[in-house]
Amino acid sequence: MNICVLIKQVPGSEAQFNVSGDGSWIQETELPYEMNESDNYALEEALQIREQKGAGEVVIVSLGPDRCQKVIREALAKGADRAIHINADAPYNTDPYSIASALANAVKDERFDLVLSGLQSDDLGFGQTGVILGEMLGMTTATLVVGTEVQEGKIKVKRELEAGWFQWQTMDLPASLAIQSGLNTPRYPSLKGIMTAKKKEIKKLNFVDICNVDELQSFAGLSVQHAEKQTEMIEGNIDQIVNRLVDVFKNEIRIN
Amino acid sequence: MDILVVLEDKNGRIHRMSLEAIAGAQQIGSECGLSIGILAFGKNASALGEQAKQYDVEEVLTLENEHLNDYTADGYADAVANVITSENPTYIFFGHTYQIRDYAPRVSAKLKRPFLNDVVSYKNESGKPVFSKQAFNAKLIAELNPNSDGHILISFQSASFSSDNIQSGSASLRSISIEIDASAIKTVPEDPFQEAAGGVDLSSAELIVSIGRGIGKEENIPLVQELANVMGAEIASSRPVVDSGWLPAHHQVGSSGQTVAPKLYLALGISGAIQHVVGMKGSKNIIVINKDPDAPLFELADYGVVGDVLEIIPKLTKALQ
Ligand SMILES: Cc1cc2nc3c(=O)[nH]c(=O)nc-3n(C[C@H](O)[C@H](O)[C@H](O)COP(=O)(O)OP(=O)(O)OC[C@H]3O[C@@H](n4cnc5c(N)ncnc54)[C@H](O)[C@@H]3O)c2cc1C
Ligand SMILES: Nc1ncnc2c1ncn2[C@@H]1O[C@H](COP(=O)(O)O)[C@@H](O)[C@H]1O
Repeated sequence: MNICVLIKQVPGSEAQFNVSGDGSWIQETELPYEMNESDNYALEEALQIREQKGAGEVVIVSLGPDRCQKVIREALAKGADRAIHINADAPYNTDPYSIASALANAVKDERFDLVLSGLQSDDLGFGQTGVILGEMLGMTTATLVVGTEVQEGKIKVKRELEAGWFQWQTMDLPASLAIQSGLNTPRYPSLKGIMTAKKKEIKKLNFVDICNVDELQSFAGLSVQHAEKQTEMIEGNIDQIVNRLVDVFKNEIRIN
Repeated sequence: MDILVVLEDKNGRIHRMSLEAIAGAQQIGSECGLSIGILAFGKNASALGEQAKQYDVEEVLTLENEHLNDYTADGYADAVANVITSENPTYIFFGHTYQIRDYAPRVSAKLKRPFLNDVVSYKNESGKPVFSKQAFNAKLIAELNPNSDGHILISFQSASFSSDNIQSGSASLRSISIEIDASAIKTVPEDPFQEAAGGVDLSSAELIVSIGRGIGKEENIPLVQELANVMGAEIASSRPVVDSGWLPAHHQVGSSGQTVAPKLYLALGISGAIQHVVGMKGSKNIIVINKDPDAPLFELADYGVVGDVLEIIPKLTKALQ
């Protein structure tokens, strides 16, 4: 069982953003970057499937600028075998179709049985890349995956539906699965893992060399969200804040 | 037709978010001068078609095919791509439901046409609709620009339009058919099921103390428990708190959890992702405590505190005792 895991590096949820002058992108310098949350669960699922099956490779594929090396090394330290880094510099690509097309070209000769991706990226939030990649590679696809069982030539997956419902479905391999967070407990890299990761192969490709399609869509006019409500900001030292909160509870919202 | 609204079947009724997409199509259609059709397909196509034809749109298409009786991503993507090619609408509207997330990207890949997903707002720029979505952890809004002319797939986030605004009318019905290659369907679904629901029904709670990843670690949960106890409140949480195993799943609020509308929603260390917000924005009073002044949830807050929840919670508990 050979498994590809798509890992994206994204700004953390506490990142403060400044939009560039023309509204086309953010100022990237000094943002705290980390592994996209659901990708971390996808990686763990891949490592667990390989451990159960006892054979095969887990290969990380990441597209982005040089800084992505950090999450690639992190994934290798957790136990992935090797990686492919598709270098893509500014102007930043915001089209899931062309991203998927570059990913497809990078992996088309690898004959993966499974591609695992995160459900959606925290920065662009398309939730499309893994599905489009699967379609391009002629794979079956499923999203919102919260459980997997590998069978002979097939995979059975549990999908989250709306309002607390779930569904199992059996799919032919090869398959591309978009993983929902929470289905496992992602491991931390061990010290030994961190040491051996340094020697693992990272193959480098360039986005411009392997993307042979035009962008279908792009981000424009980035702006800060506008408040929907009049908010009273409670300020002061901690005691003043707590006193005002108690006052709001008792006298304005009137809780008993 | 210029806009085709693709319906989702919810046990023989039109899915709530498909109704919102119809409301959106009517508003955008009238402002930008675009005509509207609706597509009902799957095993309940005729029931959905009957419901849809009471709305003010040009026509309703119904499509029945034995390979579309059960939902599969392969079958549905194939069918919708087929209909788009033969009916040739410019805009294809969907609700941003879980089913759409699952198959619409494949339609986009098949047609090589853009899928603008999770759209939250629209504006009319000289007769041309321009769509925006949230990005960067909901801190920014981005316009999504298709780079060429042709079909454009669009899905709307919950509550972008209100289904209360749907205009009634009487549309004509047209039954259509397509060929589906059964061998291309490589997915076999089983029946949907519900996991044993447990614990609290948050939907009727008056007071909710809700925690997010900002609570830091499982060991801090008792602090929140004490605060909830003195307030007589129920405890809720964002998804990562459940994913990390700090609280059982029935505490989760949001698109994959419960929807709540308490008198007070006290949000502690929750950033305000759209999937959380859809579950709590109907709350009457929202108090947000977060150490990040730019946390998007502040936009919904009636009262906000920029501060450390671990510092504030114990003091607040004490002051309320
Ligand atoms: C299909 C789908 C369905 C989903 N369903 C749901 C759902 O039902 N419910 C849900 O909640 N999410 C859901 N999500 C996940 C959602 O997108 C967000 O990832 C999630 O809501 C973020 O949770 P959070 O705010 O707790 O964490 P984060 O976004 O990590 O935010 C943590 C916040 O805590 C603050 N903080 C940190 N430390 C402190 C401190 N000491 N004091 C004060 N503040 C602090 C930070 O500034 C930050 O704002 C879903 C996602 C998808 C794709
Ligand atoms: N640039 C990228 N490099 C590697 N994986 C990616 C990239 N963009 C998207 N992905 C994968 O596709 C998933 C969905 O991303 P998106 O379609 O942007 O929401 C992510 O969670 C990743 O697993």
